Amino acid sequence: MKPRIPLIRRALSLWLLAAWLPAGSVMGLAIGEPLTFTREAHQRQYDILVRELRCTVCQSEAIHESNAELAADMRRRVYEMTLAGHDAGAIIEFMVQRYGDYVRYRPPLQANTWLLWASPFLLALFGALAWWRSVAVRRRMPPAPVFTGQERALLERLRRESGGGRLP
Amino acid sequence: MKPRLILLLLGVSALLGLLFMGLGLNSRDLPSPLVGKPAPPFMLEALENAEVILTERDFIGEVALVNVWATWCGTCRSEKPLLMELARGGIPIHAFNYRDERDSALRYLNVSDNPYRTIAYDPKGDAGIDWGVYATPETYVLDAEGVIRYKRIGPLTRQLLLDEVLPLIETLRAGEARRMAQS
Repeated sequence: MKPRIPLIRRALSLWLLAAWLPAGSVMGLAIGEPLTFTREAHQRQYDILVRELRCTVCQSEAIHESNAELAADMRRRVYEMTLAGHDAGAIIEFMVQRYGDYVRYRPPLQANTWLLWASPFLLALFGALAWWRSVAVRRRMPPAPVFTGQERALLERLRRESGGGRLP
Repeated sequence: MKPRLILLLLGVSALLGLLFMGLGLNSRDLPSPLVGKPAPPFMLEALENAEVILTERDFIGEVALVNVWATWCGTCRSEKPLLMELARGGIPIHAFNYRDERDSALRYLNVSDNPYRTIAYDPKGDAGIDWGVYATPETYVLDAEGVIRYKRIGPLTRQLLLDEVLPLIETLRAGEARRMAQS
């Protein structure tokens, strides 16, 4: 006999699932401290900055998504400085002065990073040059000769006479 | 055909060499922008006494080390015997007790040696951010004017002390002695 799940239990489990799904996705959005902002501009600046600054301990995470304690400290500092009215540039500069350029997730274009920025273009240029050269070389090659039937027979005879070696 | 093959080999080996060099680099050894700058200001309670407020001035005066440590940091514990040797050798060592609990830090120092002359208590990592701390232990060398001359992220080793830290301290001390003689 087939076991029957009471309808009410099925409805209940569905409801539980529906209730928990959004909770899970909200928890996944932001780590750490619940923050309150009175001004929307502050909130926006904070949200941008925590994604621009790198957690120097975990290195491949922005402080926004990092669980490291240092990242929490840095988020708190960004929050406090934002509320105190510092603009984004000043806060990034503050972090760079302490942790170096490394703290910026997007390296600025400056003397020691120009090669980093230029390398994709240099590689593309190099590839284009190599391609152009190989095309040019192929163009300069003489076209493959077209033999008549008579010539072909002559060649075949010469080949056989010279001991079956391949024609140069 | 030949020269092109050689060029290709050269290119590939140059790339491999570059990648190999990358393997040898420690990605945690970030250059500190603070080297060459004066010690960042701070105001913190002393670890031993909450009523005593320490500032960067308490670290400045002679060539000294500043060590960032915590009881939860195992590497700091293994580094401490070396610090003890330095302290016994007459090198002043100041410290930040970083993101720690006062009780456990004091208990730890009570049951083992204490190489530190001054300990600033930084439970929330406030001074930590200003000093660019991100991985305990960290050690700074301050000259007599309080300028940061060196920063080591991670534990000190005997080799590192012999190769870099002690010679630097010698040089700084000699410079300081010359300056004192002139004035």
